[in-house]
Amino acid sequence: MNIVVCVKQIPDPAAPASLDPNTHNLDRTGKLILDEADTYGVEMALQLVDKAGAGEVTVVSMGSAADLSGVRNALAMGAAKAIVVSDDALRGTDALGTAKVLAAAIKRVNPDLVLCATESSDGYTGTVPVQVAELLGLPSVTFAKSVTVDGSNVKIDRQTDGGYDEVTTPLPAVVTVTAGVVEPRYASFKGIMAAKSKPVEQLTAADLGLAAETGAAGAGQEITAVVAAESRAAGEKYTDEGDGADRIVAFLESIKVL
Amino acid sequence: MSNIWVVVEPANGALTTTSLEILTHARTLRGTVSAITWGGQGAALATQAGEYGATTLHDAGDLAGALPGAPVAGAIAALVASAGAPDVILIPTSYDGRDIAGRLSAKLNTGVLTNVTGYSADGTTEHPVFGGTQIVNARFTSGGPGIVVIRAKSYAAESAGGAAATVNSIAAGDLGATNSAKIVASHVEERVGPKLEEAAVIVSGGRGLGEASAFALVEDAAKLLNGASGASRAIVDAGWVPYSKQVGQTGKTVKPTVYIACGISGATQHMVGMKGSKNIVAINKDADAPIFQVADFGIVGDVHKVLPALIEKLKSR
Repeated sequence: MNIVVCVKQIPDPAAPASLDPNTHNLDRTGKLILDEADTYGVEMALQLVDKAGAGEVTVVSMGSAADLSGVRNALAMGAAKAIVVSDDALRGTDALGTAKVLAAAIKRVNPDLVLCATESSDGYTGTVPVQVAELLGLPSVTFAKSVTVDGSNVKIDRQTDGGYDEVTTPLPAVVTVTAGVVEPRYASFKGIMAAKSKPVEQLTAADLGLAAETGAAGAGQEITAVVAAESRAAGEKYTDEGDGADRIVAFLESIKVL
Repeated sequence: MSNIWVVVEPANGALTTTSLEILTHARTLRGTVSAITWGGQGAALATQAGEYGATTLHDAGDLAGALPGAPVAGAIAALVASAGAPDVILIPTSYDGRDIAGRLSAKLNTGVLTNVTGYSADGTTEHPVFGGTQIVNARFTSGGPGIVVIRAKSYAAESAGGAAATVNSIAAGDLGATNSAKIVASHVEERVGPKLEEAAVIVSGGRGLGEASAFALVEDAAKLLNGASGASRAIVDAGWVPYSKQVGQTGKTVKPTVYIACGISGATQHMVGMKGSKNIVAINKDADAPIFQVADFGIVGDVHKVLPALIEKLKSR
């Protein structure tokens, strides 16, 4: 069973994020890491391939190739190879443009299953996986909290407002997994060493025939302004000295909740 | 006069609250509002859709167990082909809403804007970023129709008392393999007390609770306040509580009268979902936790001491 996992290298969420005041693009000049949300898909893919007893995991990513440590991290976890689509012309590409790039790259692998996170932790548009599915003509199931492959079908427990639905779909398919679906492994030393020599194919948008549909010029929308939100002022703050609960009760009385 | 389409989701014989919120806003945009739903219950939903401002209700019919994303997007694309494109398509942020938006964007080769909390008649959208500290304005640049996915509680739902919408059946063309994901069973988790999105009081727990069993304190306090219990993503991911309790970017947006955050540090991902609460109370042992920057009332202390004491006080009232 061959599985593609779409991954994204994002600015470290621990570092303060900002938008470039001129281009309105997210500042990605700092260190990039593998989006934690993607580690669940990588882990799930590795487990499914293990269970199938044959096949491999390919990670596909779009973004800057200046720092590939995030992609290497996925390889160190156990993915066999990577395809990274990267060129300056891709800067400012929107969700649909990103999906076109990923879909074209995935086609080269022709996998049985495509796994993605439900959304990235930096842009959180949340539409790219489904757009990829539509472009590839595949079924999709989002918000999976459990994924099992049963012959030529995949069974998914999909989160709903009040609980979950059991959903089944034939392969090939696109599935998005939630954080917590599996416990991602840490890369072992051996894995990290092996990742250094695993193949990483680098492509440009032009290689995929998508130069016109990507970049800021190919995007269907633009940011017109970035403004400060109405801020909430911090209110009263007390250190609990055994009276915390009383103070909360008094506050709740003052706002007529009690 | 603009032409506005609103996707409205059916749930238990009615339209979801978020759908009604968006319909309410759509009728202020000086245009004709048409609604699009699915499930084959169009006739039963037409009164409600009309009351909230839709003149027409297009029904994509019974989906025979299929996940709505592909067939509903297919039906909307077919409607665009036959009736012409609207100026904008507004869709609720929900599991199925995002699926429909993504599919439709690829089908129509048009842009999609998500996590929207405001949409004006001139086509400008508002998106909170960085935990709601900044607002990004955006607009579509290429040929439409633009697809706008709007978060819950961005607007208040208000009936205008309009006449029932005219029901029209729509259908997708050949969907091929894309329509093959089927729901075989549904499971509803038991809930006591009010729904999270509708509760006036929410007591929410985070990693500061230390262990899964401590969430019982959050539930006890919520019950005593006739409220609902919520959770941060950290403890949902850790498997302590079901996803349905998650408040935040990926979870629910809530605006209760009071939101009591217990052992929640206030990650940006959480703040987006609860910043609109009328009052915020925070209990956290870290005096520098970001949650205190938005809290109207903060207690720097151990949630394992403050919450049990609060529960005792509430019980004795």
